[in-house]
Amino acid sequence: MNAMIKLFVAVVALTVALNVFAAADLEVNTPGVSAIKQSMQARHAQLAAHYGSGAVGLTSDGLIALRDAGAVPLAQRQAVNALVAAENNDRNALYAEISNANGHPEWQAEIRSTFAQRWVQRAQPGWWVQSGGAWKQK
Amino acid sequence: MKRIRIVVPLTALALSACVTINIYFPAAAAEKAADKIIDEVWQTQQDKPAAKEAK
Repeated sequence: MNAMIKLFVAVVALTVALNVFAAADLEVNTPGVSAIKQSMQARHAQLAAHYGSGAVGLTSDGLIALRDAGAVPLAQRQAVNALVAAENNDRNALYAEISNANGHPEWQAEIRSTFAQRWVQRAQPGWWVQSGGAWKQK
Repeated sequence: MKRIRIVVPLTALALSACVTINIYFPAAAAEKAADKIIDEVWQTQQDKPAAKEAK
């Protein structure tokens, strides 16, 4: 009986330890996240120029937006719009995928706002970011 | 047998603590995860900044 109680206590202690560990970490190494990351990485080569020119900016909700269509030659505007739309699709999918992969779909909004802050904070000098509804150049 | 009466409520407490802990959003971990992903997407860890790709 004593041994059983000890085993029981050990199992509970392990569960608690694993739960603390799980809460302290966020799983982002899933095939879904990797695929989205790669797609975004490939797209960034095209988007970087538009961040630099101010045509595209980072929004406060973790997405990107066409900020100044005038900075894009008319012939390219359609392509830029498509880039922005595809990037936002990927970003939305990324936030959903991370929250689902961690078993907490309800965390999606918090993950999005965490990303939004980090994208903006890590944007390069000259890029445009949205803060409090207004555009600001870094 | 008496010990079971102590262990069972303790277990219940421990398990409920697990649930409580897991409900909270791990903000620090999320920030770290976001930074890691941003580094990879923007490739900010290489010495060639992406903005230089501008024509």
